[in-house]
This record gives sequence, C-alpha cells and structure tokens, in this order.
Amino acid sequence: MARRLTPWRWVVLGLAALYFLVPLVASVIFTVDAPGQGVTFDAYTKILSTGGFVSSLLLSLELAVATIAVVLLLMVPAVVALRLGAPRLRPVVEVVCSLPLVVPPIAFVAGIVTVLKWGPEHLSRTPLFETFVVIQNQDFPLVLVLAYVVMALPFVYRALDAGLRAIDVRTLVEAARSCGASWPQALLQAVLPNLRGALLNASFLTLALVLGEFTVSHLLGYAPFAVWIYNVGGEQAQMSVAVSVLSLLVTWALLLALAGAGGRTRSASSRG
Amino acid sequence: MTHMTATLPETLEKAATVEFRGLRREFGATVALDGLDLTVRPGEFLALLGPSGCGKTTALRMLAGFEHPDSGAVLVDGEDVTQVPAHRRDAGMVFQSYSLFPHLNAVDNVAFGLRMRGTRTAERRSRAAELLELVGLADKGERYPHQLSGGQQQRIALARALALRPRVLLLDEPLSALDAKVRLTLREEIRRLQQELGITTLFVTHDQEEALSVADRVAVMRAGRLEQCAAPAELYGRPATAFVAEFVGTMSRLPGELKDGTVEVLGQRLPADGEVPDGPVDALVRPETLRVAADEQGTACVVATAFLGAVVRVTVRLADGTEAKADLPAHEATGLDAGTAVGVSLPERPVLVAARTQK
Repeated sequence: MARRLTPWRWVVLGLAALYFLVPLVASVIFTVDAPGQGVTFDAYTKILSTGGFVSSLLLSLELAVATIAVVLLLMVPAVVALRLGAPRLRPVVEVVCSLPLVVPPIAFVAGIVTVLKWGPEHLSRTPLFETFVVIQNQDFPLVLVLAYVVMALPFVYRALDAGLRAIDVRTLVEAARSCGASWPQALLQAVLPNLRGALLNASFLTLALVLGEFTVSHLLGYAPFAVWIYNVGGEQAQMSVAVSVLSLLVTWALLLALAGAGGRTRSASSRG
Repeated sequence: MTHMTATLPETLEKAATVEFRGLRREFGATVALDGLDLTVRPGEFLALLGPSGCGKTTALRMLAGFEHPDSGAVLVDGEDVTQVPAHRRDAGMVFQSYSLFPHLNAVDNVAFGLRMRGTRTAERRSRAAELLELVGLADKGERYPHQLSGGQQQRIALARALALRPRVLLLDEPLSALDAKVRLTLREEIRRLQQELGITTLFVTHDQEEALSVADRVAVMRAGRLEQCAAPAELYGRPATAFVAEFVGTMSRLPGELKDGTVEVLGQRLPADGEVPDGPVDALVRPETLRVAADEQGTACVVATAFLGAVVRVTVRLADGTEAKADLPAHEATGLDAGTAVGVSLPERPVLVAARTQK
C-alpha cells in the first residue's frame, strides 16, 4: 500500500515545495539582482548600516523571552492543576484560551488603546498611575508582553495539552509522592521533565508569534522587528525584501537553535 | 547476597501494624467505603479482594495518603496517620499502570526517593544497584522504561517502592497489566521478596486465584464493607457468607429444604452450616465436592464437559433444571459425554446453606 502511494507523495511534496520555494527564491533573486549591475549583495550590507536593525531585533527577542516566561509560568501550573484537580473545567479553559484566535488583533489593540487612555485619566491620583507609566516604557513595553501572552494562549494551551495527554500525570505525581516527594518536588522532578517536548513546542510557537507580530506593536507605537521592517520597506523596496528574507532566516535559526538545545539535553540525559 | 541479610533484620523490626477504623468515603452518590474495619498484622501479606467498585483500591489509596476518608481513621503502629500527607506516610507503592518516570533510567527511577531525601549520589546509586539486584535486574540499570518489558517495569517499580525501606508496601493490582505467564512468575517473586523482607504488605486484586495463592490472609470486600478476612484455606473451605462463597472459587447453588439444622438436598439429609431461617434454601457446593457418576436411572444429565488438565469440569442439569458444576479426575470422567444420564450426590459432610435467590 505504502509503495503504491509513493509517486503521489512525490507529486504532493513537489507541489508544496514549489508553492513555498518559488516566492522565496524570487525574493532572493530580487534582492541580489540589481538591474544592469549583475549580482550584488548591497541590499544586505545596507541593512546592518541602517539605524534600528539591531535594537529592534533585540527588542523583539527580549519581548519573546519575557512572553515565553510569563505564558509558561501561567499555563503550566494551570493545565497540570486542570488535569489533576478539575478535569470538568477543561472545556471552559479551552474555550477561554481559544478566544484570542476569534478576536482580531485590530479589535484587541483598539481595546488596549482605550484602556491605556482611560486608565491614567481616572487613576491619576492612585499608585496605579505609575503602573500605567511603567508598562508603556519605551525601552521595554511590558504592555506588549501582556498582549502577546494573551495572543499566545491558544498555541501554548494546545501544545501543553497535547504533551499532557501523552503522560499519565496523576500516576507520575502519585508515584513521586509515595517516593517522598512534596507537591512542588513532584511537579518539578516528575512531571516537568516529561513535558519538555511540549514546553519546547509552546516556546517555538510563542517565539515565532512575537517575532512576526505587527498589528499590536505598530498601533501602540512601538518599533520591534516587524515594525522596523515595515518602516524600512517604505523607503527602499529592494532592501525591505532583503530584510524579510533575513528575518525569515533569523527566525529559522532561532527555532533550530531551540530545537537543538532541546535535542541535546535529551541525548545527554539518555547517555547517563 | 550480603545486602539481603543486612536488610532483613532492619525491616523486620520495623514491620508495622496497619489499622483501618470505620473508614467511610463517598464520591458523589456512590459510597466507596461504608465503614471499613480491618487490621493488618506486622509482616503480614494481606490481599484485599473484591469485585470492581467494592472500595478496595480506595482503602489502599487512603493508606497511601492519596484519598482522605469522610470519617474514620487510618492507623500505622497505633499512630493516627489520617492527616499525614502522602510523602510522609512511609509507604512504598506499586501502581496498576506503569508508573516509572519516563525521563529517568532504571537506576535513577529506583533512586528517586533517595534523591528526594537528599541522600548523596554515590550512596543512592549503590542502594539502587542493590535493589535492582534484589529484583533480578542488576544488568538493566541503564535502560529507560520504554526499553523495558511490562514485567521488568513492574519489578523496577517494586524496587523503587522498597528503596526508602518503607514500613508498609502497597500493591495496587500490580500484575493486571501483564500477560498470564509473567503475572505468575512475578507474583511468586513478590511473595518471596515480601517474606525475605518481612514487610507488612497490602495487595489489592480482583483476581481471586492471585489473592489465594500469595496472601497470608485475604480480606474479601463488597460494597465498601468487609465481608470476611481469613486465611486462604479457611476462606475457601468455610466461607462466612454466600457472597464470599461465590466470589472465591466456583460454587453451585443446589435447591434444598432446611429444617432443624439439617438440609434436604439431592435426596440426602445433611447437617447445614449458615444462619438462615428454615424453609427453602440453596446449598452451596464446590465442584470438587459434588460427585457425579454415570447412572442409567439417574435423573440428572450432563450438559457440557471441559478438560482442565488434571480434572474435567462437568456441568450437569438436575431434574428441576438447576445446573451444577463438578470436577472429576480425568479417568472418572471418561464416557460422561453431553446427554449422558448421571446420578449426583454429596459426601456426608455439613454443607453451607444460603437464602434462596432464584426461582
């Protein structure tokens, strides 16, 4: 059966490859082929000298790290507690975590803008006023982290849920408890190590989401990587495509690095 | 082998008494435990036997600290541990499902408890190696759970449960996920280890053969209550209730008439055992007690035969339509094919009677 399907598999693979590769290759050709001058890498070398490349990329990475940390700290205890304590609440949490997929980012950011305007006016005499100032700090806009956490919920929930499905959390916790492990020890030493794949997946998805996010950060007036690409593109078409290609490569590199890190710890632990 | 002699006295003097006092637990509308009273003697291997839903696992989990009674108490060595959290209960447990930590190899699984206690690495590794040797898997220390068979995993789970030298060993149907052959050898091995270590052990099972073959005493439970707790031979030979009689081993019900402490059954008058009012009763008869012989004038006839090796189990239908089972030595059963007319009788011994249930 499998053998009979093989030609079809190649056809599908070929079509998919064409679909993905043609625009990519076209973009690369567009960036390196200056009319009348042959092949040149000017567009790429110019990127580094254009102001804001490094700072915006760093900002995006910082935001990604913070978002991953917050969303995992929030969701891991939540899904584990859901498994062990209240399995009946699962559909509720699932729906809540899926809501960000339903609400378009544009509506989401409109809501945030309204709150950010309303807050300082009404809370100007309370300590909360300072909070509003802090979360909108230009150097590290916490408000974006908060927004990204919400936007990452559907992906993180699904990744963790799939990971938990693969292990028998209750038995693992009880086995650890009967071996003299307290609750936190049982979770940290018996459950979390077996969720590594799920944690890695959740981190992947969140990283990709934050690096490519445009709507919310742009409308709130911050300039992480995606916004910077957009701004640059308005000035020079060739360079903007070069940046897009580069950002694709950067994202790939980061995902591969994450996967590599996960893979290495696994093989290291299996050796001894 | 030196470790065994080293471990033995230590665990023996630690062997604990376990007491369940009036344990009661409800899950919503279902009553899992309905006032369970039971005492396990020091160093005893006690099997908790019963149909599913009888509360045996709940009782075990209460001793482990994973469930809490609505009322009643769990005592270990006379000390009330009902409020003690699971990780301070000092009870090793083997679970029904494979419960080894998938991210740790066999040695680290066994050493997990010692790590939780902060034992030094070298010490816990050597202790884990000893325990692996004890369960006969010294060479599998570096294997991960997914590289081990089900039986090997349960042995390692057993080693892990013993690693902290617990006062009580809890076995929650540890064999039910294994295939028949492995189940047999592993249960013998569990028994051997338990006797060597002299550790008080509670073994939950729904398999009566398993319970009878390994336990010092068997506690039969039904609907959250204890029906009878006795040594296997007594449980089988002198069941206290009709439920125990029919749950443990095979039992046929033969209609009879009780009068003045004797019962009229199969045309014989025999002394009766069991507290039931005079009148129509059922006599409970084990297949090895019932005698069947070919008899042209017999009112019963053979319905089916099944070859079980040493014996042949013959199912006969009596004149009134009741079916009864009898085990006959293979040579006596020759010629007793389906449809043969036979005579059925009982030896001159007291029979157990119970209230009539059917017809």
